[in-house]
Amino acid sequence: MNKTKTILLLSMLGLANLACASPYLPVSEDEVLEKLPIRLESRHEIRELRNHAADDPANPLLAFKLVRRYIELGRAESDPRYFGYAEAALAPWLRLADPLPEALVLSATLHQNRHEFKAALDDISLALAHQPRLGQAWLTRAVILEVQGDYAGALKSCMALLRLAPLLTSATCVNSALSLSGQGDIALKNLAAAVQNVQTGSDSEKQWALTSLAEIAARLGRNEEAEGYFKQALSIHQRSSYLLATYADFLLDRQRPEDTLRLLDGGIRADALLLRTALAEQSLHSPGLTGHVEALKARFAASRLRGDTTHQGDEARFTLYLLNDPRTALELATANWSVQREPRDARILLEAALAAGKPQAAQAVLDAMLQSGIEDQTLKQLAKQVREG
Amino acid sequence: MLRLLATGLMLLLWIEGAHAHKPSDSYLSLKLEGSSIQVQWDIALRDLDYAIGLDESDDGSITWGELLRRQNLLNAYALARIQFSGDHAVCPVQLTDLLVDDHTDGKYAVLRLLAQCPNAPALLSIDYGLFFDLDPQHRGLLRLEHDGQSDTHVFGPASKHFEINLAAAMDPMTEILLFVREGIWHIWMGYDHILFLLSLLLPAALVATKGRWQSVPDFKRATLDVVKIVTAFTLAHSITLSLATLGYVALPSRWVESAIAASVIVAALNNIGCWILERRSWLAFAFGLVHGLGFASVLLDLGLPTHLRLLGLVGFNLGVEIGQLAIVAVTLPLVVLLSRYAFYPPLVMKLGSYCIAATALVWLAERSLGVAIMGL
Repeated sequence: MNKTKTILLLSMLGLANLACASPYLPVSEDEVLEKLPIRLESRHEIRELRNHAADDPANPLLAFKLVRRYIELGRAESDPRYFGYAEAALAPWLRLADPLPEALVLSATLHQNRHEFKAALDDISLALAHQPRLGQAWLTRAVILEVQGDYAGALKSCMALLRLAPLLTSATCVNSALSLSGQGDIALKNLAAAVQNVQTGSDSEKQWALTSLAEIAARLGRNEEAEGYFKQALSIHQRSSYLLATYADFLLDRQRPEDTLRLLDGGIRADALLLRTALAEQSLHSPGLTGHVEALKARFAASRLRGDTTHQGDEARFTLYLLNDPRTALELATANWSVQREPRDARILLEAALAAGKPQAAQAVLDAMLQSGIEDQTLKQLAKQVREG
Repeated sequence: MLRLLATGLMLLLWIEGAHAHKPSDSYLSLKLEGSSIQVQWDIALRDLDYAIGLDESDDGSITWGELLRRQNLLNAYALARIQFSGDHAVCPVQLTDLLVDDHTDGKYAVLRLLAQCPNAPALLSIDYGLFFDLDPQHRGLLRLEHDGQSDTHVFGPASKHFEINLAAAMDPMTEILLFVREGIWHIWMGYDHILFLLSLLLPAALVATKGRWQSVPDFKRATLDVVKIVTAFTLAHSITLSLATLGYVALPSRWVESAIAASVIVAALNNIGCWILERRSWLAFAFGLVHGLGFASVLLDLGLPTHLRLLGLVGFNLGVEIGQLAIVAVTLPLVVLLSRYAFYPPLVMKLGSYCIAATALVWLAERSLGVAIMGL
């Protein structure tokens, strides 16, 4: 096993090296080597926030402001480096004997981003012990529990949120959890009503609510409704890789690869979007596919090299459909299932188990589906095949 | 779903854990050869900009000129954050080259470094501390090549230190055998040693009477003669090989190499002039001392690991003797066989010796003047 691991690691090193085969000496001093990723204003703003925080290092508000800005940027650019900067800026506040609840919630957010769910939940428990009326803490907990497939726990946290957060936020939280535990129709109706009636709320709030609505409708097989919500969510001008990836999956499932490519529009900087682009290209037999498959290989190899396993779900999908290696895909999907249990995680495990001819490997998914009573057309179809297989 | 949102006073977030660009990594490739380590260190320009500021013009792009103007700062910053040690002694690092390269997430500065350890290390340790204060998610991805093997390690805030016991990488017997092989290889590839031996062996089955060579087809006598010569040569070069390897004697290699060439000339001309006949074993001994110094410089270049200083030396020496005996085993029967014929003394021995002397003369010129004539 150890030997296999080593060989795997070494071959990946080889791959990573392929991607960077030959160092060179630039010819001209004017050669532009690198374009920095964010807009100038944002860089200046960050610099200012950094300076403020450095000038008054005892002021938690300034530090947290910087941390929040980093996290926002990380989200907007889907760029993990900002989460690292946030962690560094937050670190001194976590080293205190008695960290502030706000610091703990920020820490939980960073842990969650790296799929360190246990550490995130520990931070939240500590924060809530100090400050039970911290809406952000309840929300983060709800989201994590939902990802882990603990819908009852998620619902409980969402209930606590009812009194602490704006209506649309708590409505989305509650109905998302409900829809995953066998009450899809009610959840769809309630959340649709909330979106209709609540006129206040930020763009992000609305976008989250609409995306959730679209997902619920899609799971119930109500395609037209789902697409309507996806389009509404997109009409809010706030770039979200999550929304794009989810909508792309919806289109791919409905054999609409051209629409998928049109939606993603060459935005392949995020691995998840590149994967969906490649899947669409595969069904169109388009010439760009080979290059994108190589790029994904290199990217997954690079993240594995550093011991990063947050990509296992997408990597399983990549391995199954673009590399045609069901056995490895099943390993990845199984490992992924042990960390996160969203419908998409259930799905890739069922698909990989079927493709590998080992339906019994997906037993855990069948059990979880039975327990939650989740209503999801695609999952039901797959589960049936697995049971029969 | 991996998302988290907040409104009003709360954070506004969509977390996309699985949908990320690449986090910050640096790539550290090491090649260990003897006591020196060749290092290639790829560091993202974006990370360097965040740490030390590369974008002088503040226009959001980094040019090669901007990087060059920051080179001193870059060196100081990077080299202060890495340390190589061999057997707990620091191996000083110097920058040999600055290049750039592409990775999946953008351009990287490529620092080529040379770390020079005091000895070939048995225990190599590396301490890595780049960027952890700015980005705890930064990782340093190490690949170390040594003795035809590869090892990897991921440096992180919780794993800043890496050490590898290179002695344990191979069992000692295998390692000693490697030195034996090097010894054999060296004597076969070192034509000067072969020609020197050959010069001493050519007259083994002859006696000189009144300045003329006569055949004595006595295998026993010839063998005894050769055994004496080879033993003297071996004894002598073992002495100087050991002294030089262990650091008691050190002579400039130009002198040593020139003296070896001279020894070949003298040995070859002696076959023509017949000055030293019965005492050729003393000749072998005297020049053996010089050849030993030559062997030593090869062994020092190979790098003797500290834990194997003596055994490696013995192994290498053993290899030299095996290689030498193999040459003798092939040559001696031929010499004895051919010595019976009348053509042997004038054609094989004299002409052969002239040729050997001429070759060695060229070597002498090349080595003492530092020029290449034959390129041997």
